[in-house]
Amino acid sequence: MFWNALLLALREIRRNLLRASLTVLGIVIGVAAVITMVTLGNGATALITAQVASLGSNIVIVRPGQRMSPGQPAGWAPAFKEEDADAILDNVLAVREVAASAQRGSTVSYMTESTFTPVIGTLPNYLDVGSWKLAEGRFFHEGEQRAGRAVCVLGESVRAALFARGSPLGEKVRFRGVACEVIGVLAPKGQSALGQDQDDMLLMPLKSYQRRVAGRRSRQDVGTLLLAVREGQSTERVVREVADLMRERRGIAPNEADNFSVFDTRQISDALSSTTRVLTTLLGAVAAVSLLVGGIGIMNIMLVSVTERTREIGTRLAIGALEREVLMQFLVEAVALSSFGGLLGIALALVASFALTNLLHLPFVLDLQIMLLAFLVSAGIGVLFGFVPARRAARLDPIEALRHE
Amino acid sequence: MSTPLISLRGVTKTYGSGQAAFQALRGVSFDIAAGEFVAVMGPSGSGKSTVMNILGCLDVPSSGEYVFEGEQVERLDRTQRALLRRHCLGFVFQGFNLLARTTALENVELPLLYRGLPLAERHAQARAALALVGLTGWEHHTPAELSGGQQQRVAIARAIVTQPTLLLADEPTGNLDSERSVEIMQLLTDLNRAHGITVLMVTHEPDMAAWASRTLRFADGLVSHDSAREAAP
Ligand SMILES: Nc1ncnc2c1ncn2[C@@H]1O[C@H](COP(=O)(O)OP(=O)(O)O)[C@@H](O)[C@H]1O
Ligand SMILES: [Mg+2]
Repeated sequence: MFWNALLLALREIRRNLLRASLTVLGIVIGVAAVITMVTLGNGATALITAQVASLGSNIVIVRPGQRMSPGQPAGWAPAFKEEDADAILDNVLAVREVAASAQRGSTVSYMTESTFTPVIGTLPNYLDVGSWKLAEGRFFHEGEQRAGRAVCVLGESVRAALFARGSPLGEKVRFRGVACEVIGVLAPKGQSALGQDQDDMLLMPLKSYQRRVAGRRSRQDVGTLLLAVREGQSTERVVREVADLMRERRGIAPNEADNFSVFDTRQISDALSSTTRVLTTLLGAVAAVSLLVGGIGIMNIMLVSVTERTREIGTRLAIGALEREVLMQFLVEAVALSSFGGLLGIALALVASFALTNLLHLPFVLDLQIMLLAFLVSAGIGVLFGFVPARRAARLDPIEALRHE
Repeated sequence: MSTPLISLRGVTKTYGSGQAAFQALRGVSFDIAAGEFVAVMGPSGSGKSTVMNILGCLDVPSSGEYVFEGEQVERLDRTQRALLRRHCLGFVFQGFNLLARTTALENVELPLLYRGLPLAERHAQARAALALVGLTGWEHHTPAELSGGQQQRVAIARAIVTQPTLLLADEPTGNLDSERSVEIMQLLTDLNRAHGITVLMVTHEPDMAAWASRTLRFADGLVSHDSAREAAP
């Protein structure tokens, strides 16, 4: 009986190729859209999560100037001094280390190649506090910092710009009249969540920077202070205490606003994850609409063909088909079309989301549960709307089904 | 006389209900013995198709009794009636009711498929039935590619391919020219004589009715004239 039903179902599909392909198309659209959207959403979320992680946890960032949110440019404000860094380390007990840094955009060249990049003077603890890793070579040590040696560590983008081939280690790069030996290259972090190339920089000891790179007037200035908070200590408290300390040191009156900003990475990740939430919701809504459109397409086709199919059922019943044989045929037909459409949709979704994630530089994160759900919902609609009208027709007396208009 | 193949007793059929109710059959009774070739005549609207549908187990009477081969049909459930149609009945519809976009061969083999015959036998018997109605060479044409007369003959082939006990034909020559009509009558007579198939045929034409051994005449939902009753004194 099953083989007969399969034979009859396949014949019916072959005979109504247009109807069958429209049904399949509806399912393909639904399944492919949902899976692609969710994969993109997952990719974006994974990317942002990874970027937040690359900032390191337990980090508090202190910058001169007031900014409403991370990413907005600061207005002018007096810079910090190295003593500010020492004061934080001495007064805020929960802070383990302070990586002070100062930077100046410079054209860096090697042989005939050159690139414009921030040259950053900082301390040996920058590597650890900023959660950086080395791709090759080493970072500068305390001795080199104190002696103000002309050594530097390249970000990946700078290395790529200057050293297309060959190792940069031991070579000398030039900027602002300084010849500086490359002793290490950082492992790449890629773009920041805000779209900046984090690998576009050159690091050197702060002392060397102050002596050779910084302008005469800003010799003692430092820009950003990265604070590493001790394990288990609240970063919020550190933010409060640092803010109080800085107000005091910068002589800000109680009714004046801060002329610096202090924030922790949690605030950044909170801001970003609320963005991803919106994004995911949006993608989900688009996907749900596609699923709905696909579903309505299937319903339409099935309902339009009900008259013809009711007569077909009447004919089959009249020449001796049993109700259950007719039902089996329609069920097999609906399941075959729906699962074929579902599989095709999954295949299309895989191709599309792979291509799109590549294009958008997002990680390719598959969600099997969503794939299954999309498949089941679309195929369910297909089976339901293929099968339910058939069941109604198969319950009629043959003559009623034949007379159907 | 032995027990008849068919026995109708006081069969009525009412369409609709309440104000719109219409009684298409108002108490029809007759017997048909196995091996008869009966022509059913009467003006249009007199209930011929209605009684054929009831005899073919496609519809159920509103009241009365229908006995087929000693089996009381009203007592059968849907599945049993379907099996009766499958194994004992062949029906030629007034409107053909062929499956669209389906070749003549596949249309004709369909009842055999439901009987569970293997492919080779199905094809052989379907081809033979198509040959009987003069459609050799047209096996792979779909209804849309066939003339009304050819479709009529495919419908006849589908009804006779199972060698049914009872063949019911609602105006089988309605769409045929007189030459083809004669061929079909010849065919029905052969099936009746050589294979012992009982034939009931609705027709408007006295020429066609003349091929039958008995004529039932309908008027206003009743049998108004039965040539068998007249003959028996
Ligand atoms: N499904 C139906 N609903 C209502 N009336 C019907 C239906 N089928 C037939 N009739 C009516 O019953 C009467 C008998 O119809 P039918 O048996 O088809 O006549 P005919 O002798 O022409 O074949 C007609 O008056 C017809 O209008
Ligand atoms: Mg009629």
